[in-house]
Amino acid sequence: MWDYSDKVMDYFRNPRNMGELSDANGIGKVGSMACGDVMYLYLKIDPETEVIEKATFKTFGCASAIASASILTEMVIGKTIDEALKITNKDIVEELGGLPQAKFHCSVMGSEALEAAINDYRGIKPEEKEELEGKLVCKCFAVTDKLIEKVVRENHLTTVEEVTAYTKAGGACGSCKEEIKEIIDRVNSHPCCQQ
Amino acid sequence: MFVYLDNNATTGVAKEVLETMLPFLQEEYGNPSSMYEFARKPIKAVEKARRQVAEFLGAAYEDEIIFTSCGSESDSTAILGSLQAQTPPSQGGMNEVIVSDVEHPAVFNLRKHLERMGYTVRVLPVNKSGLVEAESLNKIISEKTALVSVMYANNETGCIMPIAELTEIAHKHGALMHTDAVQAAGKIKLDVQNINVDMLGISGHKIHAPKGVGALYLKRGTSFRPFLAGGHQERGRRAGTENVASIAGLGKACEMASQSLEYEQTEIRRLRDKLEAGLLTIPYSYLNGDKEKRTPNTTNISFEFIEGEAILLSMSDKGICASTGSACSSESLEPSHVLLAQGLPAKLAHSAVRFSLSRYTTEEEINWTLKAMPEIIARIRSMSPFWKG
Repeated sequence: MWDYSDKVMDYFRNPRNMGELSDANGIGKVGSMACGDVMYLYLKIDPETEVIEKATFKTFGCASAIASASILTEMVIGKTIDEALKITNKDIVEELGGLPQAKFHCSVMGSEALEAAINDYRGIKPEEKEELEGKLVCKCFAVTDKLIEKVVRENHLTTVEEVTAYTKAGGACGSCKEEIKEIIDRVNSHPCCQQ
Repeated sequence: MFVYLDNNATTGVAKEVLETMLPFLQEEYGNPSSMYEFARKPIKAVEKARRQVAEFLGAAYEDEIIFTSCGSESDSTAILGSLQAQTPPSQGGMNEVIVSDVEHPAVFNLRKHLERMGYTVRVLPVNKSGLVEAESLNKIISEKTALVSVMYANNETGCIMPIAELTEIAHKHGALMHTDAVQAAGKIKLDVQNINVDMLGISGHKIHAPKGVGALYLKRGTSFRPFLAGGHQERGRRAGTENVASIAGLGKACEMASQSLEYEQTEIRRLRDKLEAGLLTIPYSYLNGDKEKRTPNTTNISFEFIEGEAILLSMSDKGICASTGSACSSESLEPSHVLLAQGLPAKLAHSAVRFSLSRYTTEEEINWTLKAMPEIIARIRSMSPFWKG
């Protein structure tokens, strides 16, 4: 039994902004059914001001994935896309009143979906994005080195177990654990990450 | 309304079982190893329970029953205790162990330990219905096989494995046969002499005894070294002061389970079938596991396009307890290895919900569940990007 916050349960029971958006001009689709969670984020962005006017979601996944997507829509509405891109998975976790550590990957999916939707609006195709996203580290859950670097940096992670909780990487066959450790060491030895 | 349909996870202690236990938690607290008159009642209670368990399992001798602390201990004791009594692989002994692909972690996760002991562990596949086939054991067993361990009934699907047939094959090749019967006990008739296994384990809390007690049947003549070494208890086969109250409770629970086997096969089966038929009228829902060769209390159903944890939490809001094969409900990130082993795609394994009844399940509980489920499934599907309903 997960110890979900009241807010997570509230957004799961009464999701805000759930459904497709017929006039969306930026759609982000992340995750896979085989891995157990998929998030679609729909944005209606004003091309003049680049303000997000409307945001909705659809999610295949657990309560925390549904709640993460729902609260994210509320967080982005009214922001410009540049402001929205500053939202990290940590912000989503905080807004939800916390998540069990093993569920942090749900918040990471939220920030990935947001990035994907904005890329879609900007006309950056998924193929090009793939290059941006870097090299595949965890083949079981399709997690790249870029994403691992990002969560390690933003959340000051130091162990492979933490990276698994945030991204699922290393959580199935475990053959990439060495490589994850190397990424952690690399990021944490970078001057800007020294605390 | 509170509806408990997770009896394969654990069961409530029966009132009669609790009554049997209470004296040994209160006034009759003597240690069965003591010499004075005050220890007589606890000694008698353990003896009686041993008789009740032996009868429940169809054992020829009461001394074939060893009390343990749980199903997992029964499994570890059987597998490791019997192998430790054999010539080790490093000294030229038999060096293979065969387990099925759908074992409970209590057996499945012993693989690494066995490998460290020098054994090669071979895994028996299951067919699309979730059943182990005798023919597949024939294909991988050899004269090097020391032990075969296949569960009697699967915890997730209820599938009943052909233990008698598998035992015959194992014995023909000189291997020992162990079965984890935790999920079969109380649901189908157990008869160790008939199926001829060397070792069989059960757990108390799955049959309305408390958590923290189990039993292992060890056929007379099976070479064995204690897994838990120390004192002389259980004829030197399991050290530690007897958990008298829980052992007495397990004995009573076995006696009651024997008496209700007929009820399980008729009334519980009827309620399960009613629940199953009703749930399968929900579009895009599929039964997992063999329809016939199954314990009468279990049904496992995938509701396509949605994920199990979300289903369970919504059911919990309606007072209904069940469990899921989805990864999201546990620390593990992979969905049920049992469902994947029978060839179910991961997306359907994530969507699987297991309902398990007990003899205390009522018609009202089933009706309540049948009324609640279509709405729950529809609500979660309305949030799924894959549902085009």
